Amino acid sequence: MTDLALDISGLRKSFDRPVVNDLELKVRQGEFYALLGPNGAGKTTILRMVAGLLQPEAGSIRICGIDSRTDPVAAKSIVAWVSDEPMVYDRLTPLEYLEFVAGLWEVDARLAEQRAHELIDWLGLKPHANQRCGGLSKGMLQKVALAGALVHDPRLIILDEPLTGLDAGSARQVKDVLKQKVASGVTVIMTTHILEVAERMAERIGVLAGGRLIAEGTLTELRNRVGRGNTTLEEIFLDLVAENTSADAAA
Amino acid sequence: MLSQTMESVTRAYYARSDLDLVLSSPVSTRKLFAVRTTAVALTSMLLACLLASPLIDVLAFRDGPHWLAAYLVLAALAALATALSVLMTIGLFRTAGPKRTRLIAQIIAGIVGAGFIIGIQAVAILSIGNMDRFSVLHSPELIAAAPSAQSLLWLPARAVTGDPLAVVVIAVLGFGALALVVQRTSGSFARYAIAAAGVSQAQVQQRPAKPFRKASQRQALRLKEWRLLRRDPWLLSQTLMQILYLLPPALLLWVSYGQSAGASVVVIPVVVMAAGQLAGGLAWLAISGEDAHDLVVTAPIKPRAVLIAKIEAVLGVIAVVFGPILLLIGLGSLQLAAITGAFVAISAGSATAIQLWFRAPMRRAMFRRRQVASRAATISEALSSIMWAGTAVLAASELWLASIPAAFAALTLLIAWALSPKGKRV
Repeated sequence: MTDLALDISGLRKSFDRPVVNDLELKVRQGEFYALLGPNGAGKTTILRMVAGLLQPEAGSIRICGIDSRTDPVAAKSIVAWVSDEPMVYDRLTPLEYLEFVAGLWEVDARLAEQRAHELIDWLGLKPHANQRCGGLSKGMLQKVALAGALVHDPRLIILDEPLTGLDAGSARQVKDVLKQKVASGVTVIMTTHILEVAERMAERIGVLAGGRLIAEGTLTELRNRVGRGNTTLEEIFLDLVAENTSADAAA
Repeated sequence: MLSQTMESVTRAYYARSDLDLVLSSPVSTRKLFAVRTTAVALTSMLLACLLASPLIDVLAFRDGPHWLAAYLVLAALAALATALSVLMTIGLFRTAGPKRTRLIAQIIAGIVGAGFIIGIQAVAILSIGNMDRFSVLHSPELIAAAPSAQSLLWLPARAVTGDPLAVVVIAVLGFGALALVVQRTSGSFARYAIAAAGVSQAQVQQRPAKPFRKASQRQALRLKEWRLLRRDPWLLSQTLMQILYLLPPALLLWVSYGQSAGASVVVIPVVVMAAGQLAGGLAWLAISGEDAHDLVVTAPIKPRAVLIAKIEAVLGVIAVVFGPILLLIGLGSLQLAAITGAFVAISAGSATAIQLWFRAPMRRAMFRRRQVASRAATISEALSSIMWAGTAVLAASELWLASIPAAFAALTLLIAWALSPKGKRV
């Protein structure tokens, strides 16, 4: 039994240019991992490959020891994917949506219903539980999508900019839910441009640039890496990206 | 013209592209409305003049320049149609509210457009026995029933022929009506446009919660598809329209052969063709129009199983819609019901297969553009439905000729498969 929730090795993907270059990334089970990087660094591409939305050109992705390329169905059964654009149906209610997601992940109907009501309560969606999603705000939809990701009790939750467009209250609810999930042993990997969130929530942070991991570690380790004792993640991030850009230019 | 302007005017109220920017800018909404309405009228005028220009130009060339007045008449009628459309849309906003206005307006536009063509064809078929719309206009029955030559109803016709007084009256009527409508209703444009924008936010209809059903992955997918299809008013109106267009050929068949060969000759091809058309629309919605594409792809289910579930959902709807019809046919003849049922399945299966080969993820809201998205799919879907309808009726008559349209249908499917993107072939 591996203690790695995600084990990426030699991952490569190109579109019109290389987007992910021989990426090595390991995330432990029960860890909150933030993946940061400037626009176009390859964050979303990496996460989409992990979720099974894109096929890598080379390399391997193992999710809790399951090779996602050779056994995608088994890998997907323990993963949840939440993107910045909520994937819900306008003409279904949040409860109907959760019923559908539970059906796709083959969760027992009674258990799924119980979990769905708990999640709806937890995320403050109760007044909208039986209202069609077409009438909900972006923040509400994002919470419905998050509830959908949690209803099948995944072991790895991948979130791509989940807090985009959320108000402070909704963002707090989402963060609280994620913290509780991590506390219960679930692994969370999240990309975000809101560096304060990564600074406060993530146990380890990976910084990507040009499709490669240019730095990784806890906040303290990253501070040591840039040689500044008490600086913010924002400054560390900017330093690392600038350093990488100059190194690339020099090369 | 009325159908087209109704569609355009409704779109002017509901299209959000630049409306938010313009409404929040220091531009008068009266001016904005006047510009948008005039643009609708001008587009309609241009289209009508363009379509009629070969006829008008030939008439002007052969019979004299007085026929050029027809252009002015068409422009005035387009202006009148726009004015009527604005009034109807505002009337709908007041009576039905912004939530229902768009749907009702689109249905009215469709019925006006289709009703005109279908009505003339139906009259032509019933009285003359063919689908030629011009034959009915020359028929003695219609001429006898027409109003007298002095009637005001002929004013547009007199104007088209160049009668100066009639031209002036029509122009004043058309352009005057448009100017009056713009002047009197432009103040309410911002109010209705904002109301239309709030439609999605205003959908607070609560649905009673039902207990979760025990379902396999495929059952969950089918249930979701059926829920979405049942709640899609666009689909219902588009489907009704497709079936409406099948009525004239049915009438023609009835008049030509129905008396001697019985009702089956009419019913079978219409049912088979309608099944193909309906299945095509449903298959597009279920297969290509997947709004949560990422969710389905990241689910622990094989892509093939997803496609099978979606096809089952489509064919399930076809079975529910056409089952009662087959039952009615069966009351008369079990053999005919069996033949019709078989070809309903083949026609629906063919249309579904074509949609499968040409699938491309799109938002469900793009349903109306599906025919533009892949013309090859649209044409082959229509052709295969027609061919299977022909095969069915000939097979029901136990004619060996049935093999000819069947061969053409198979050829259509083969060509569609060859034209489809390689990665999508199943």
